[in-house]
Amino acid sequence: MLQLFLLLAAGLLAAGLYGALSQQSIVMIMMGLELMLNGVTVAAGAFWHFLAPASAAGQVIVVVVVVAMAAEMAVGFAVVTAIHRARDVDMADAAADLRE
Amino acid sequence: MTAVVFGVLAPVAAVSGLLVFRFRSMARVTIALLVSFLASGGLLISLGLGYLGTVVILMMIIEMIIMMVFMIAYMMNPAGLIQMTMHHNQRGARAISVATFVLLSAGIFATPWPRRAGAAPPDPTFQLGKALMGPQMLTMITLGFTLFAAMVAAVVLATARGRYDRFGDDLKRRPPSDSAGGGVGR
Repeated sequence: MLQLFLLLAAGLLAAGLYGALSQQSIVMIMMGLELMLNGVTVAAGAFWHFLAPASAAGQVIVVVVVVAMAAEMAVGFAVVTAIHRARDVDMADAAADLRE
Repeated sequence: MTAVVFGVLAPVAAVSGLLVFRFRSMARVTIALLVSFLASGGLLISLGLGYLGTVVILMMIIEMIIMMVFMIAYMMNPAGLIQMTMHHNQRGARAISVATFVLLSAGIFATPWPRRAGAAPPDPTFQLGKALMGPQMLTMITLGFTLFAAMVAAVVLATARGRYDRFGDDLKRRPPSDSAGGGVGR
């Protein structure tokens, strides 16, 4: 059963990775990152339940991932707002100044 | 019980996660992601993590509503009615994600997972709270500072005339008129 949960987590992580790499919109890239973190949440919960329920480590990892999601969303939306205000764009390709 | 819930919710979580990058309408995209999160929250509850599963479900409902508002406000093609592509390097992204999935799957089935050590506590929420207020206090402090830093960073970035977006000493001075966006002063 643990393997099935981890397989689902790997699928969610891979789907999120595809979105984060292939999307041009910054908001859609954030959705990809959220999906990846969703996979980590499932994996951490499964590790806690099937391997070490006597330790709280698995639960703490879920809390860390939930906080990472919240911080990513807050800062991500603020970055989108800043870029949109400055340039009227929401595309990652239009914010590639550091690469140039 | 866990197996039955997994059989129902796992396909829902996986399919709705995949649909996020198939839909064109931003409302549908957000709802698909929300469904994926709700299914994951349900799976956490089925694993005995009632508190964390409920936190994930409640947090994601609010987060996805905010995300929907942002997407409709900022995106060029929020309804998906204009035939325009919003992707780049799809083939490379697909190859990398499939390779990652295959690699992780191989690791999952090749690893000799240890046997379950110990039994689940009668109240997992109490176990989590006791850990966060005890041996995991450093984690709790770090998470608190991270959230605080994220709040400060979000306000600084999103403020229209903040510390990093003023034009000289005079706060009432308007930005210079620049025909090409992203130029002087910005």
